[in-house]
Amino acid sequence: MSLFKDKKVIVIGDRDGVPGPAIEECLKSTDSEVVFSSTECFV
Amino acid sequence: MDLENQKRVKDFADQYGAENLVVVLGAAEGEAAGLAAETVTAGDPTFAGPLTGVQLGLKVYHVVESEFKSEVDQEVYEDQVGMMEMVLDVDDIVSEMTDIRGQYSKF
Amino acid sequence: MNYPVVKGVGYALIHTPDMIIHNGTTQTTERITNPDSEYLKNLNKFIRSYNEVLSYVPNQVYIGNKTPKDLEKIDMPWYDKKSSISERFGKFGEIMPQDEFIGLIKISDAFDLVYLEESFTTKIKEKLLNHPLFKEDIESIKSGVEIEKIKKLVDDHAETLYHEGKLVGCVKRAHDIDSNLTAHILFENLVVKASGILALKNLISKSNIKAEEIDYVIECSEEACGDMNQRGGGNFAKSIAEKCGAVNATGSDTRGFCAAPVHALIQASALVKSGVYNNVVIVAGGATAKLGMNGKDHVKKDMPVLEDVLGSFAILVSKNDGKNPVIRTDLVGRHTVGTGSSPQAVITSLITAPLDKAGLKITDIDKYSVEMQNPDITKPAGAGNVPESNYKMIGALGVKRKDIERKDLLDFVKEHGMQGWAPTQGHIPSGVPYVGFAMNDLTVGEYNRAMIVGKGSLFLGRMTNLFDGVSVILERNKGKEDKSVSEDTVKKMIAESMRKLASQFLEEQE
Repeated sequence: MSLFKDKKVIVIGDRDGVPGPAIEECLKSTDSEVVFSSTECFV
Repeated sequence: MDLENQKRVKDFADQYGAENLVVVLGAAEGEAAGLAAETVTAGDPTFAGPLTGVQLGLKVYHVVESEFKSEVDQEVYEDQVGMMEMVLDVDDIVSEMTDIRGQYSKF
Repeated sequence: MNYPVVKGVGYALIHTPDMIIHNGTTQTTERITNPDSEYLKNLNKFIRSYNEVLSYVPNQVYIGNKTPKDLEKIDMPWYDKKSSISERFGKFGEIMPQDEFIGLIKISDAFDLVYLEESFTTKIKEKLLNHPLFKEDIESIKSGVEIEKIKKLVDDHAETLYHEGKLVGCVKRAHDIDSNLTAHILFENLVVKASGILALKNLISKSNIKAEEIDYVIECSEEACGDMNQRGGGNFAKSIAEKCGAVNATGSDTRGFCAAPVHALIQASALVKSGVYNNVVIVAGGATAKLGMNGKDHVKKDMPVLEDVLGSFAILVSKNDGKNPVIRTDLVGRHTVGTGSSPQAVITSLITAPLDKAGLKITDIDKYSVEMQNPDITKPAGAGNVPESNYKMIGALGVKRKDIERKDLLDFVKEHGMQGWAPTQGHIPSGVPYVGFAMNDLTVGEYNRAMIVGKGSLFLGRMTNLFDGVSVILERNKGKEDKSVSEDTVKKMIAESMRKLASQFLEEQE
């Protein structure tokens, strides 16, 4: 079963890994709704 | 995990129900990924934020995991994440995530 | 093209053990959310002494007594190893102890906001008398006040100044109700001003420039000075210029989160190349908020709190002297509004776009200076090795472009990258720490090109989700381009033409 179908998604990106907006782009092709996206910065 | 982000996760769990949420992480290292994953499942292990002692047990995945990769458009994934597959220690991240989910995910 | 050059640098660190406890936000937040925590109770035991800070190799690299190559030869971790050079003063600047810095904060105070205790004042005036750069500033310290007066001011909203666990002074608020002139904000602003002064004074003393020759100063830290009607009015630049004797300079502040120093470097280069100014300095001081930022992780792993210094730097950009490394103003990388946030798009815009413009491969840059955060600090805190990640990303893009093969990725990182040595002071590690070494490597050394890369997390200000970054290439100077013909030669050419013309007339007449 699809991981994302009809789900609400929270994105916690990382400036030194994969940032929030990049993850959101990927999620556009799924049947989910991104309710929150942020990019964390630890340095 | 940033205290403000913890608060948002908690609020959304209250609003939509924990079983309807999925958290997707982009952490740079296995340790950071594991820490974030633990925070949204078993509670903030650093006891610093609003998710201290709160066991949401949420579904949580990292973008480099096959469970995420297989669900999204491959071309978009390649553009947005592809390069990082060469940079991040994917095995380390997958191992941490699998471990945390195995222990604490409820859904 | 007549490119501008890097003509001088100044780099300084300030040891601030008490400020970790009283001003680092990890600690101030902990005092609010968890005041009885074990972390706060035991923190003192994990704070290093001044001598330990002098013997820490990355700090000696920062001030130029050791090189990035020296650092590579030492196995990590570095905090448990003693440097073979533990000097206060270095090729590029110095490592100042906290008490003298508190004196420097007082020297930077133009509004009588800083009060120091009398015996402390006497001691530091004596110490600063021995400092080659601050002898003339001692008078502005005046005499101290009784400790009772300071305690009273602290009770009335002043920000404390501690040294060796004792209260030695305070910073008053500048206004009873203006929330942008609180004691805390003024303290942070005086710190960034004072540490900027330290870097610029070091630059002036170590470079072939007089303060009066500086035309313009660009300050590029991450603080804001102003009042409630203009919160970020700014111009730390001019206030720093004033204290450094740059009487012919004006200035302005450039803000861009951590990318600001490289933005400032490019702006300075443009001003000099276009002839607006001859000598432009970029300067930035440090942030007390970031002290001990990852302290909890360090202490948990039984390590000392490694974020115990403020960082500052200054770089002088001048007209082409035929000698120093040029700043290739035509080879600038930039992350634009439309670039997107994927790591691939970011690295393409910052690194490969300017390379493509010059017809260069990724391997044609000898050294990339990216975010040079010290991994001794960041790895135990789960933030990874930031320079190494950046190098891997550049290499990975190189693999995608077929500039290098996948199997050579780690070799690329080693040959074209460096270990990080700068403290996690935000803008301080961002690209600029290497510029001092580039002055050597691109002249008497063996390199031809270095790329200075700055990145900024704009989203932290909540105005945009966008990322930001800029880069610029430094190159070995090919010697002064003398396309101009000398006056003598011109006279000879005219004389020759007139002789020819005269003989033609004579021939025609005959």
